[in-house]
Amino acid sequence: MRRFALIAVPYAWLLALFLVPFLIVFKISLSDIALAIPPYTPTVKDGFSALIQGLDFENFVFLTTDDLYYKAYLSSLQIALISTLLTLFVGYPIAYAMARAPQEWRATLMMLVILPFWTSFLIRVYAWIGILSNEGFLNQFLLWTGMISDPLTILNTNTAVYIGIVYTYLPFMILPIYAALERMDDSLIEAAEDLGCSRLTAFWLVTIPLSRNGIIAGCFLVFIPALGEFVIPSLLGGSGTLMIGKVLFEEFFNNRDWPVASAVAVILLLILIIPIVLFQRNQQKQAEAEA
Amino acid sequence: MKRLSTFNITSLTLGFAFLYLPMLLLIIYSFNASRLVTVWAGFSTQWYGELLRDEAFLSAAWVTIKVAVMSSTVATILGTMAAYVLVNAGKFFGRTLFSGMIYAPLVMPEVITGLSLLLLFIGLGLDRGILTIVLAHTTFSMCFVSVVVSSRLVSFDRSLEEAALDLGCNRFEAFRLVTLPIIAPAVISGWLLAFTLSLDDLVIASFVSGPSSTTLPIKIWSSVRLGVTPEINALSTLMIAIVTIGVIAASLISKRSAVRAQQDAQTAERTA
Repeated sequence: MRRFALIAVPYAWLLALFLVPFLIVFKISLSDIALAIPPYTPTVKDGFSALIQGLDFENFVFLTTDDLYYKAYLSSLQIALISTLLTLFVGYPIAYAMARAPQEWRATLMMLVILPFWTSFLIRVYAWIGILSNEGFLNQFLLWTGMISDPLTILNTNTAVYIGIVYTYLPFMILPIYAALERMDDSLIEAAEDLGCSRLTAFWLVTIPLSRNGIIAGCFLVFIPALGEFVIPSLLGGSGTLMIGKVLFEEFFNNRDWPVASAVAVILLLILIIPIVLFQRNQQKQAEAEA
Repeated sequence: MKRLSTFNITSLTLGFAFLYLPMLLLIIYSFNASRLVTVWAGFSTQWYGELLRDEAFLSAAWVTIKVAVMSSTVATILGTMAAYVLVNAGKFFGRTLFSGMIYAPLVMPEVITGLSLLLLFIGLGLDRGILTIVLAHTTFSMCFVSVVVSSRLVSFDRSLEEAALDLGCNRFEAFRLVTLPIIAPAVISGWLLAFTLSLDDLVIASFVSGPSSTTLPIKIWSSVRLGVTPEINALSTLMIAIVTIGVIAASLISKRSAVRAQQDAQTAERTA
């Protein structure tokens, strides 16, 4: 009986506040817009049969007629993919160096990686506005060194969005890779070198495969949230930066078109289901391997 | 002892410079006398004074702290329960769905969570305010808590709990007297994580907050959209300082308790 209560309480909470809301989003994505509060019809008050009858796929058809939406999905996928790869290239050497560092440094290094993660996300993105703007620190520095003669336009471009995503999601990439590399047995590398591998070949054939799970986990942890990112493209991106999170937010708050916003969310969720399921499999496999 | 190669030292230096320089610039320029944020005009603390006189910021900060304390406390209780279920309950009906609902919110885009919760609250006829933000924050942060706590529970030796049961404890007593003290560091860091997640959240709060419940991130957002201001730099510095002190204090406490546990184990070995 007590076991039942222990399971039931968190279960019921998640069902009511996580799963049911998605069903509501799905239902509203099939509704029509109305100039009322809430701005969609039919609502629960109209009775169950009316609730079912008024539904159709109009909003999804609308999403295919306006090319804004599929462009936004494609460019979100592209931005998320490129920035995940960039984060991997920036994060891997850091994780590698951390795992090679003397034992007594590691706890401190680990804390230095985690600390920015505890600091406000909004503030960390905001910090880059002052760096990347035309009169910002980066341009001042580059002009001072004489490397450029005119300030570069970085803020309000996709480049700024890439920098913002790499910066804010870097700890998510470093930590799982570091966890995988730290467990690695150094003698494996020595063995590979004894057997005639060059250091680079040994790295490629031994280190990379052994850190595979960390790489996969890190990439998912960056890619999935980056795909629906809203704050970074809104603050650092320009009017040309199309990302679906931003489109959804504007559809909802500026156009007040709740049914279309819900349809946008449903499609985003469908795109995300595959990577989320793959991510969960990877986590479970790792958990079982450790147990 | 191993020595780091030049390549490793370079990547650590560049990596940490990349992580910390932006925040360092923010902190330095919060003490700038000029309103122009990229021109240094001497040391001044005037922006901190102006921030502390700004009623709107202060009331937003108060709302944020109230929401964070309430949501992280409820999330810690629910998340610890969920972790216990995930690790110890074995098979039960709907287990896959349960673990799915624990892991999915960790990576779910905030715009979707925010939109779906808002539609739920409107469907239920709940007025948007502090309560709705607390409910929303509890839901996603309990998942983070349960991941942190379950990673500690996995390595927990269950025979200790069984010993307590054999010695006459009931299940709840065994949990409170044996399991909880051992997993306490994870529960505390879960609470801290939930607290900072709640402090930090902009997107979900924008969806589910009402006009009377503006949180600090919403307030920051509306002024940041207009550009960089020295007041926000000052506010950011204060928030960075609080988080840094909190994290360092927490890690010192857990280090000390680890050392004490080790000493206890050694004394136990010696007396045995």
